[in-house]
Amino acid sequence: MHPAPSVILFTTLSGLGFGLLAFLGLGYPGVTGWVAFVFYAIAYGLAVGGLLASTFHLGRPERALKAFGQWRTSWLSREGICAVAALLVMGLYAIGAVFFENHWPVLGMIGAGLSLGTVFTTSMIYTQLKTIPRWNMPLTPVMFLSFSLAGGALLAGQESLATWLLLTAAAIQLAYWWQGDKAFAASGTTMASATGLGGAGATLRAFEPPHTGSNYLLREFVHVVGRKHAQKLRAIALVIGFILPVLLLVLPVESTLVKHLMAALAVVAHMGGVAVSRWLFFAQAEHVVGLYYGKR
Amino acid sequence: MTELPTTTTRKMGLVIDLDTCVGCHACVISCKGWNTENYGAPLSDQDAYGADPVGTFLNRVHSFEVQPVASPTQPNPAAQLIHFPKSCLHCEDAPCVTVCPTGASYKRVEDGIVLVNESDCIGCGLCAWSCPYGARELDLAAGVMKKCTLCVDRIYNENLPEVDRVPSCVRTCPAGARHFGDLGDPDSAVSQLVVERGGMDLMPEMGTKPVNKYLPPRPKDTLEDQVDILAPLLAPAIEDPGGFLGWLDKALDKLPGGNA
Repeated sequence: MHPAPSVILFTTLSGLGFGLLAFLGLGYPGVTGWVAFVFYAIAYGLAVGGLLASTFHLGRPERALKAFGQWRTSWLSREGICAVAALLVMGLYAIGAVFFENHWPVLGMIGAGLSLGTVFTTSMIYTQLKTIPRWNMPLTPVMFLSFSLAGGALLAGQESLATWLLLTAAAIQLAYWWQGDKAFAASGTTMASATGLGGAGATLRAFEPPHTGSNYLLREFVHVVGRKHAQKLRAIALVIGFILPVLLLVLPVESTLVKHLMAALAVVAHMGGVAVSRWLFFAQAEHVVGLYYGKR
Repeated sequence: MTELPTTTTRKMGLVIDLDTCVGCHACVISCKGWNTENYGAPLSDQDAYGADPVGTFLNRVHSFEVQPVASPTQPNPAAQLIHFPKSCLHCEDAPCVTVCPTGASYKRVEDGIVLVNESDCIGCGLCAWSCPYGARELDLAAGVMKKCTLCVDRIYNENLPEVDRVPSCVRTCPAGARHFGDLGDPDSAVSQLVVERGGMDLMPEMGTKPVNKYLPPRPKDTLEDQVDILAPLLAPAIEDPGGFLGWLDKALDKLPGGNA
């Protein structure tokens, strides 16, 4: 799949933003006043920024509001509704925390649920696609949620929890890669099933594409550039996204300033690592339509 | 509404004969022509006369090579080149419809045709992602999703002569490789053809239940012993030349080194 910067930014930023909102809604940290304002500004900046980035890959972004109508069948529609509901509920909760020095726990729990629901519905947009075996696995939503929780805990300053959540997310990432590498073969879709040709041991190959040039399908679904660095990028994603932040969290430091700087560095490293992982999520995903072109 | 209808009154679709298709791409051109000038946004091209031309097509013809395995009757079977036209299969369980967030994609109850309401399409591309067949293409100029309409503006068009009330690709095909009809009616000509020729689904494992069917290519004919019908006429006229050349031939044969 074409790794469009808009969708990579969207899933990376909004995943972190809604993760932070979930922790804030549950009262970790139970901040009020100006400190709460800063926390909510960061969370909303990431969540809304991500959602806005997602509209850049639309052909007709001016019609984006129409996307809320089909929640009965469409995960994209469900995601839109969930996101708006989470932002509204958490907005009310934030008003309580910032202006009235008050926490409304029921509202916060609903907001946290909706925030994680948004991450889940986002992941289901990809998971539902049978055409992309690497995404069509139960591990996909597990990975999205584990990243969101780990990043949220990191941003919320929940050090000990973040350490464990980062390690869990890294393990899930490894499992996702391990299973994902076998997914296309396991799906059973081959050039023979795509065309109904060959059979009984015959050799089948794509002889000639429909056009000498490229087209929308090849641009969107058949991405080969950069896959050759996949193993290196996996190592980079794992090290800077999870291992480095964990090291920065567990290193004993005396000074508060240094501790804050290291936490900030951990957040930046984690965001970079997640972005690399998301790039791979798209770039390594192979759509079955490539079989008609003899490509993956 | 993007919920799929539980049943459709008819299942209009195409039957494509892979045995007959000659790969001339006439269907591709007539499809592009008709659908650029009629229903919905035109099928645009980008950089059409430049170094890297691309464009939107609703029908594309691939070509595949099949090398059959050797058998006692055919020790050296010839490879087959199969031209493979591909357009929307108007699936009964169309994933492109249910994923649509706006309801722009829908499947008609009356004839099962899958269409896009272009004024509701936001161009998110998710329907194209969900289609295993690559039947949907986002038009870069219009920013909306384009797909085969089964020429919905031809098949019911009373301004056209009756013979033209079929999809443009079917009307154009010079080989008669494309057939149009109601695949929900077991007595229709297309349904009969599918039964007779063992029509097949593409990627049945995807569970899309495509309406369009493909007729498999027949194996290539076995060659008779005598291929060249002119060979008997071209045989040497004189089997046993006499005279000086005849003596020379025999003399040289007797020398060590064997017969030529």
